[in-house]
Amino acid sequence: MSGAEKIAVRVAEVTALNALVTRFRFEPVGGGLLPTFSGGAHTVVEMQDGEVKRLNPYSLMSDPFDQTAYTISVRRDDEGRGGSLFMHENVKVGDEMVISNPVNLFSLDLRARKHLMIAGGIGITPFLAQIKQLDRAHGNWELHYSCRSEALGSYVDYLTATHPNDVNVYYDDQKQAIDLENLLDGQPLGTHIYVCGPKGMINWVRAKADALGWPREAVHYEEFLAPQPGKPFEVKLAVSNKVIQVGEQESLLEAMERVGVDAPYLCRGGACGMCETRVIDYAGNFIHRDHWLEDDEHASGEKIMPCVSRFEGKTLVLDR
Amino acid sequence: MTLQFNDETFREDYSFHNSQRAINRFPFPFDKDSYMYAVNMEQHRGGPADSVYEKRFDVDEHYVSEMRDRALVLADDPLRCQSLPHMTLAGWDLLELIMVSKSEDYPDLFQLHRNGDQWHWINKPLGIDDTFTFMDETTLPYGPMEYITRQAQGDFCVLDQRDDNLWMDAGTVTTQADWSLDFDIGMNFFEWHAPVPLAHEKGIFVRALKFLLNIQQGAPARRLNWTMTVNPLLDTSPENYHKWGVQKGTITPENIGAKQHLRVELQTFYRLPRSNALVFPIRCYLCAFQDIVTMPKWGRRLHRVIRDLPEELATYKGFIDNRPMMLDYLSKFDDGLPTSNGIWPEKDSEPPLQV
Amino acid sequence: MSKFQFPPSIISRPVYGTLEARAGKQHLMIADAEGAEALLDLAAPELMARSHIIFISRGTDYAERLKALSPQQFYEGPTYAASVSRIRRVLQDAHMGLQVYLAGTEGLMGQAQNEAMQAGIPHTAIQTEHRGSTARRMQCVHCKGITEDVAIDPFQCAHCGLNLFVRDHYSRRLAAYQGVCIDAEDPGNVPAAKGIYE
Repeated sequence: MSGAEKIAVRVAEVTALNALVTRFRFEPVGGGLLPTFSGGAHTVVEMQDGEVKRLNPYSLMSDPFDQTAYTISVRRDDEGRGGSLFMHENVKVGDEMVISNPVNLFSLDLRARKHLMIAGGIGITPFLAQIKQLDRAHGNWELHYSCRSEALGSYVDYLTATHPNDVNVYYDDQKQAIDLENLLDGQPLGTHIYVCGPKGMINWVRAKADALGWPREAVHYEEFLAPQPGKPFEVKLAVSNKVIQVGEQESLLEAMERVGVDAPYLCRGGACGMCETRVIDYAGNFIHRDHWLEDDEHASGEKIMPCVSRFEGKTLVLDR
Repeated sequence: MTLQFNDETFREDYSFHNSQRAINRFPFPFDKDSYMYAVNMEQHRGGPADSVYEKRFDVDEHYVSEMRDRALVLADDPLRCQSLPHMTLAGWDLLELIMVSKSEDYPDLFQLHRNGDQWHWINKPLGIDDTFTFMDETTLPYGPMEYITRQAQGDFCVLDQRDDNLWMDAGTVTTQADWSLDFDIGMNFFEWHAPVPLAHEKGIFVRALKFLLNIQQGAPARRLNWTMTVNPLLDTSPENYHKWGVQKGTITPENIGAKQHLRVELQTFYRLPRSNALVFPIRCYLCAFQDIVTMPKWGRRLHRVIRDLPEELATYKGFIDNRPMMLDYLSKFDDGLPTSNGIWPEKDSEPPLQV
Repeated sequence: MSKFQFPPSIISRPVYGTLEARAGKQHLMIADAEGAEALLDLAAPELMARSHIIFISRGTDYAERLKALSPQQFYEGPTYAASVSRIRRVLQDAHMGLQVYLAGTEGLMGQAQNEAMQAGIPHTAIQTEHRGSTARRMQCVHCKGITEDVAIDPFQCAHCGLNLFVRDHYSRRLAAYQGVCIDAEDPGNVPAAKGIYE
């Protein structure tokens, strides 16, 4: 996209953590230093998967002040379109890759008296960076981390060893669950909640906080929607005067990029609003999957977020 | 070239002056013969050689005198520089951005030597040579934002980003176009712009905010804004309005060319990495009407813009009463010839004034 | 009548609503003078059983009627200044989920809102309902002094004596509107004062 230069990195380490999660360490090509970032930021990793170029966002989990390397953790998704599989199966130490400058859509509210973090599964990764940031500032935080099992509990050992008093771990297979009502009840004024995990967990925390009278501004969440495969469809791009076919395994945004039509983006996950595109004409149904547009905008047929949303029908004409 | 710094004042005897070089590179803000609000953002990634766009933080002949004026304002009213408690990290981000940019862009004037957290900063024009520990406030004479903005021209607003909005939570503001940091601190983007007429109705601020929220690390942006000032007064604050307001009435047909200044703000926007805040430097350039009209294109265009400006805007920008006298003066430099698009003076191609 | 319809204005000017009961275990209600009427309209026994009312009477006699609502806790103070340390103490120990209801004059609501914000409640989560006097709390942008209960425009700053005009630009942090010198460009030319909403 237009904007900051991308960053060329070399894969310095590939570490399998467990059956599902692998960690990658990126160092800048040609030495030098990477930009610092803020806890909660992600980078978009470019993958050349044969003919297809995939761009997936991953939370940065390393110390935000460490400029020698970035690390990410990738959970293998066998059902998805292949980005995580590509990372697991094709990326080797020594490979050169291209990543974006850090972007933060899940930053800490630095006014908070207390930061209450709730993680589910691979949703732990942004918190690893936020904890390092808060430790440096002597911040007040506690973490509640829910994992499927001990075997799949990424970074549990590290977290409980370094922060035994602030980290609470719950294993699904041992029938352990966060006692959310009791956890939220009695938190001091000025506490902010951060939740990162599966959609169900985010909705559960938001609904419970709302029912207990927590202000909307005190509840922060991040859910990256991976683009889902779907039926192929045809799109006419009015400005660039092109007709393109969106394949089963690619997103509308990726299809536009494939034919050289540049749409701006930051998150590629339906959250940031950058790729919002005006619909000029359509006959059919939108499959809106973003959480950027309001419900009435979804219903209006006037806008689409091409990073995650799709279309089924005869005609779709976009202002690109 | 080696920069020669003017010894000049922005108050009392007003000895401020622009050299020929400064006039040549003045950021004339009108790219066509009329003006209306627009978001008008572009990438801030350099520009023509020797223009004010070339460096990340432009340092010009007024640097030393402007910093002296800022010190006077802050001594008189420390509330012009404030930072809410959660903005200290953003202050360090800003200090790093300015020190790194200036030492790379002006190595003959500024030097930064970093050894881990131990930093050594040399500012030759102001005679500063300090060592300090990065991120340790106890090793600097002021907070990080105040320390570095006492050494950088222009106002600085440091905006916290949260709840899909920007919040004016810190700043150093001593060269402002009649707004008060002390009053506006803590407001969100729409609130601190609330007094601006017409632009809300046009949706300008909604679009501008959307753009600013998405500014990325490593991809700064810029735009120009403008107003009018009688005398080269930097501190046109509401705080001191009861002292300087009376100067607006001192304009006469004889002195208007020298006294009336076009005041241009070069606004830039940078994402700050550690805090995810946004810094909004507002750099003020002043140019007397008599210097502007030495560029035939600018003389023609300024007359047309001021003549056709909606009354609400002339009132908001504070020159409605003086507009007739401005137009009497400027009309002498408008021969009706067409002007080329864009802000640059085009001295070689633009025809001289036909009298 | 105690209800006043404020004319539409700029975005920084606060907009007041009508108090409504919200979910939450603790409820803090702060009102002055006719603001008591908004609490009387809001009252329901189950809500009052979890409510702490802080009432600044300013010479009115609503206190007995408020007390008759049987709130969990009730306090009556003569002025805001006399009550503010109590408000801070209550907020200090409060938990997330506390609901704050403010009713009465703009000066009372603005100052109490500022206390609640500083304690960690976003301003958008604090309910307000205007009742009673429309006089404003004004900051002189020149000397920074606050003049309370300003009903006319222009007015004289109680601290520095400058003649100030009344703007609609409002600072939550200061809980005040901005007053700016009206005769700066033409000293001595001060128009006759009239009511702010005349």
